[in-house]
Amino acid sequence: MAAPAAGPGTDPRQGAPGVTTPPKRRGTELLMLGFAVLITLAAQTIVDITVTGSPSPEIATFGAWFTGLWLVAHLVVRKVAPYADPLLLPCVAVLTGLGLSMIHRLDIAANALGESVSAREDAPTQLLWATVGMVLFVAVLLVVRDHRALSRLAYTIGLVGLVLLAIPAVLPSALSEVNGAKIWIRVAGFSIQPGEFAKICLVIFFAAYLVDKRDVLALASRRVLGLEVPRARDLGPVLVAWGVSILVLVFERDLGSSLLLFGIFVVMLYVATERASWLLIGVLLFAAGGTVAYQLFGHVRVRVDTWLDPFAYYPDGGGYQVVQSLFGLGTGGLFGAGLGGGRPDQVPVAKSDFIAAALGEELGLFGLVAIVVLYLVLVERGLRTSLVVRDGFGKLLAAGLAFGVAWQVFVVLGGVTGLLPLTGLTTPFVAYGGSSLVANFGLVALLVRISDAARRPAAPPAPPAPKLGEALTEVVKP
Amino acid sequence: MTAEIVLQVFRFGFLLLLWLFVFAAFRVVRADLLGGRTGRVSSVPPRAQAGKKRGGRGPKNLLVTAGPLSGTKITLGEQAILIGRADDSTLVLTDDFASSRHARLTNRGGQWYVEDLGSTNGTYLDQQRVQGPLLVAPGQPIRIGQTVLELRS
Repeated sequence: MAAPAAGPGTDPRQGAPGVTTPPKRRGTELLMLGFAVLITLAAQTIVDITVTGSPSPEIATFGAWFTGLWLVAHLVVRKVAPYADPLLLPCVAVLTGLGLSMIHRLDIAANALGESVSAREDAPTQLLWATVGMVLFVAVLLVVRDHRALSRLAYTIGLVGLVLLAIPAVLPSALSEVNGAKIWIRVAGFSIQPGEFAKICLVIFFAAYLVDKRDVLALASRRVLGLEVPRARDLGPVLVAWGVSILVLVFERDLGSSLLLFGIFVVMLYVATERASWLLIGVLLFAAGGTVAYQLFGHVRVRVDTWLDPFAYYPDGGGYQVVQSLFGLGTGGLFGAGLGGGRPDQVPVAKSDFIAAALGEELGLFGLVAIVVLYLVLVERGLRTSLVVRDGFGKLLAAGLAFGVAWQVFVVLGGVTGLLPLTGLTTPFVAYGGSSLVANFGLVALLVRISDAARRPAAPPAPPAPKLGEALTEVVKP
Repeated sequence: MTAEIVLQVFRFGFLLLLWLFVFAAFRVVRADLLGGRTGRVSSVPPRAQAGKKRGGRGPKNLLVTAGPLSGTKITLGEQAILIGRADDSTLVLTDDFASSRHARLTNRGGQWYVEDLGSTNGTYLDQQRVQGPLLVAPGQPIRIGQTVLELRS
């Protein structure tokens, strides 16, 4: 893909006399990354001292590795996306670091009790996945020099996304099923959740598709009861997205991905067309699909029933996880039991699906809210990028990716706290799970790339005017 | 086992550390918002100079008032503004009714002129199709496809 003349990496206005370039803020990013690493190392040390009485010798190796990871990320961003948002990486670093610390803490708990079947350490594995994720991050930034190039490949990327989504449904259960959800590819000891990558591919496709079609979807409408209602034939795309979500639900028994994809699509449709009727249509379709799924599928019914009254299914039955999680959050109270001071291992699968409950127990409401606010900052930076960037595809892509993170956090935390039925989604960046972590690093790379384009000073027009040096044009967001 | 007081220090100290990070992030967000403004402030001297030349009455912004990019604001300088679907335009339109190089706004002595660059569907200034360069007054709507632009002082 040939980069346009004024591609990233070359700043035509740099060094021009009398021109103020907007600040790049890479120093801020480095400082915040340092802070993030400090918090992670503090968490690890506190866990070790609280549980075993002395810091473990591995902390030096871990610290060096973790620091190296973010240093590499920072240097690459400095090189190829110098105007990128300074807060995206630090937020991700803190969340990843907290996740690693909590997984390490749960490792210790499992090994101390001898409950662990294989007595394996999951934290080093997760660190390895973070490294793989960082490789993807760097690769995305190096390969995608201009996010608009992606819109030209959108249909291919969309197809790849659909294939990734469909693979587990087609594979035999032995290769694809874990705990009742057929969302895995298990090859040679590795488990990959292709849906995590499919999510990003589909967001790219949605963005490109909606930029193309939004005029039709937004303008051809009738006014009914004060609401702009689209024509019946324009309902096609939303019905297809809905159908795919239902298929995922039926064949992969994966409530989470189904909800995630449909939610992202409806919101992107809304962002693209500014028509609130799409949200209403989405909610109605969701209600219809949810009701039918509840009637037809046992696994959905179990989830909803345990959500409505978890204590009725405790201690035997589907309510065990949620109730243990609620007990944990309750024990944690406002300030938590302190890192290493609680019993978060009492919740089944605390490392992946229920890591938010573990964090809530040990850091308390104050700690959990801090984590939610970190997600909020991440999402805010994404949405801000979407506002500032000047091309429609970039706007929709950034909005879709940022909303995807927000929606996922909402659904996961809702499940853990009993607000929503359990869905089996993972907390982005924090939860144990290679695919989720790697895919989300790729997602952040895309956001970094778009935010670089958004904050970069406007490039002058192609035929250089004689007064180029005194260029003053800059875009100020509304 | 570690002393209870140490554990309590860890427990609250870590929460404090976490929230300090959150507030540091807020500070960056805030500095970012204000930083944008200081960026513009520091670009004031050349603009003030230009303003002196034309009595400080020229329009300062180009505002998109309707269309998909509605709300986008471009600060005007001395440089021409290129509007179209081409990636290197100052204002990149994603509109089926816009051409890749659709129109240009040029500054001549503090006055802004709009000129059509041979677009398929035309550029309109106040319902009037733009043929040659036309003087644009602040508040006068320029329509390109579904996008409407205005100069604001």
